[in-house]
Amino acid sequence: MNSNSLRPPRTLFDKIWDSHVVSNNEDGTSLIYIDMHLTHEVTSWTGFETLRDSSRQVRRTDKTLAVPDHSIPTVNQADGIKDPIAREQVEALVKNTQDFNIPYIPLLDARQGIVHVIGPEQGVTQPGCTLVCGDSHTATHGAFGCLAFGIGSSEVGHVLATQTLIQRRPKNMKIEMIGKPGIGISGKDIVLAIIGKIGTAGGTGHVIEYVGPAITDLSMEGRMTLCNMTIEGGARAGLVSPDAKTFDYLKGRDYSPKGDEWDQAVDYWNSLATDPGAKYDKVVTIETTDLVPQVTWGTSPEDVVSIDGNVPDPKAASDEKSRDSIAEALDYMDLKPGQAITDISIDRVFIGSCTNSRIEDMRAAAAVVDGKRVAKGVSAMVVPGSGLVKAQAEEEGLDRIFIEAGFEWREPGCSMCIAMNDDRLDPGQRCASTSNRNFKGRQGRGGRTHLVSPAMAAAAAIKGHFVDVRDFFLG
Amino acid sequence: MKKFLSLSGPAAALDKINVDTDQIIPKQYLTAITKSGLGKGLFHDFRYDINDNIRKDFVLNQQPWTQAKILISGENFGCGSSREHAPWSLSDFGIRCVIAPSFADIFFNNCGKNGILLISLPNEKVQILMSHAKNPSSCEMTIDLNMQKISYAESEIMEFHLDESLKYRLLNGLDDIEMTLQNSNSIDMFERNQKKSLPWLYNRETSH
Ligand code: SF4
Repeated sequence: MNSNSLRPPRTLFDKIWDSHVVSNNEDGTSLIYIDMHLTHEVTSWTGFETLRDSSRQVRRTDKTLAVPDHSIPTVNQADGIKDPIAREQVEALVKNTQDFNIPYIPLLDARQGIVHVIGPEQGVTQPGCTLVCGDSHTATHGAFGCLAFGIGSSEVGHVLATQTLIQRRPKNMKIEMIGKPGIGISGKDIVLAIIGKIGTAGGTGHVIEYVGPAITDLSMEGRMTLCNMTIEGGARAGLVSPDAKTFDYLKGRDYSPKGDEWDQAVDYWNSLATDPGAKYDKVVTIETTDLVPQVTWGTSPEDVVSIDGNVPDPKAASDEKSRDSIAEALDYMDLKPGQAITDISIDRVFIGSCTNSRIEDMRAAAAVVDGKRVAKGVSAMVVPGSGLVKAQAEEEGLDRIFIEAGFEWREPGCSMCIAMNDDRLDPGQRCASTSNRNFKGRQGRGGRTHLVSPAMAAAAAIKGHFVDVRDFFLG
Repeated sequence: MKKFLSLSGPAAALDKINVDTDQIIPKQYLTAITKSGLGKGLFHDFRYDINDNIRKDFVLNQQPWTQAKILISGENFGCGSSREHAPWSLSDFGIRCVIAPSFADIFFNNCGKNGILLISLPNEKVQILMSHAKNPSSCEMTIDLNMQKISYAESEIMEFHLDESLKYRLLNGLDDIEMTLQNSNSIDMFERNQKKSLPWLYNRETSH
């Protein structure tokens, strides 16, 4: 009997965690090895400063990759960054990557884009690996069966210097989707429905593995959208088991294994799936067969309802606390209790962010707007997630479809997801957005955000209010 | 991290309770891309008026406390957000020790990571130090971390307690990174093993 058969069955998460423990500490924490570290301009400078202060080097420059994305403009990038603070931040990143010899994708490089879009595109994100970045949406990379999570500024310095992190082992959670959703239902609708069900703290302390035919049927883009918003359900990381789709996506990419090592890697990746009988600390099942496109109505991603539903009435809430919080959200969002979602008109449309700015998202939105016009009074923009997405979309003629319909076609960056540049809502404006956070003021002070899928955002742009994109297709 | 052995200099009295991190360093300093220079923003709203003029009535704008090395304050010092800018701004100003009856948790941990010694003492004792600190002729104090003693008023001595492992880290200037690097043999070994089993993670030929 070999030692393997004696080992209790393990989950995908267990296998990745176990294979990255450098040492276990007496206080219950572990030192975990980090296979890849992505950095951007906003949260990395302290890490580099720590290194400088203590005359240390970056331990593995080959396992670190930097790109600017958060505070950069999405128009006329070739003219440089006008905002002096943003410019200084990006210049600091350039200098840090030069001083410490770290691979850097410059603003005007064709590969530049949102850090969570370019990681997978470059093949940096691989199954069975650990990946971190000073950004909470690092969970995105879990779509490849990669244990990926966001870290704080001090931890960025720790990873740069040691290629490790001190962590407490999280718990295992399984979310099982029962049944297959119908046509027109995207990864975004699935993840919004999940957050609506488990709540924004539902995954706290856990790593979630998503299973079921609704998940395996998703494209890699759809899986990235799903894992991206895992953080909005309170979990630090989400995982999808790697399969043939994952391998197809990775084959031939810059950082992907080549030659014999490719076959070796695929063998290894195939061994990562959760063993039959492996235990999870928590299991949630969600029925997806009758899933309808989702729209958020409030100021938290869990404030979500189906497109054929209504804004909740605070009076119907079960307790005083939720009554107050619903009332407060409705007040901020300027919505009436019981109002039909399809009666909500919008001023702005934002298609972009690390949640929904990949080629499939562009195609889904373009298919809806093709040959139509953006409604009067609505201003709509599409911000591709990377230079490569932009180029691919232009090759397919999607940019023409958007521009002819009256959309702005922008250059890659985080843009109005976080509104650190000029892309922001004016006070009181209402936006159908494909991003991930509808917090008060997230897209600009006083701005009102409704989270939806790219197809739903596109349909809202054409109609001027929310509509069920599936009816829209049927005329 | 800078070692903390002993510290001598003027102690400044900030006789307030619940001094939060927003008061220590307000949000306009969070977009900065350097820790050095943050001392300028320390206690910004106390130190400068609305037109950015220096407020002469604030202790850190008066001699000898413009050179303060120690700060003495009231209960629950450092409450509020988790910003590491708070310890950074104290240390950039030159203050590496704060004495108060109690401190907020996150601030306490953040200071430990940044070589700042926080001493908790019963309120009566803090008040004794506070009264000496208010007087320019008696505000000189010396902290000896190894002996766990504060010397003040020429020959008076006050003892203090602190966690042994924190004391060890401060005395040796060890931060988490330093502690982990002491383990670097294990990291080397991990990499050697991983390179054998997953060689593609080490033989990357990329266009970068
Ligand atoms: S697109 Fe938005 S959520 Fe994603 S990394 Fe940028 S700011 Fe963060």
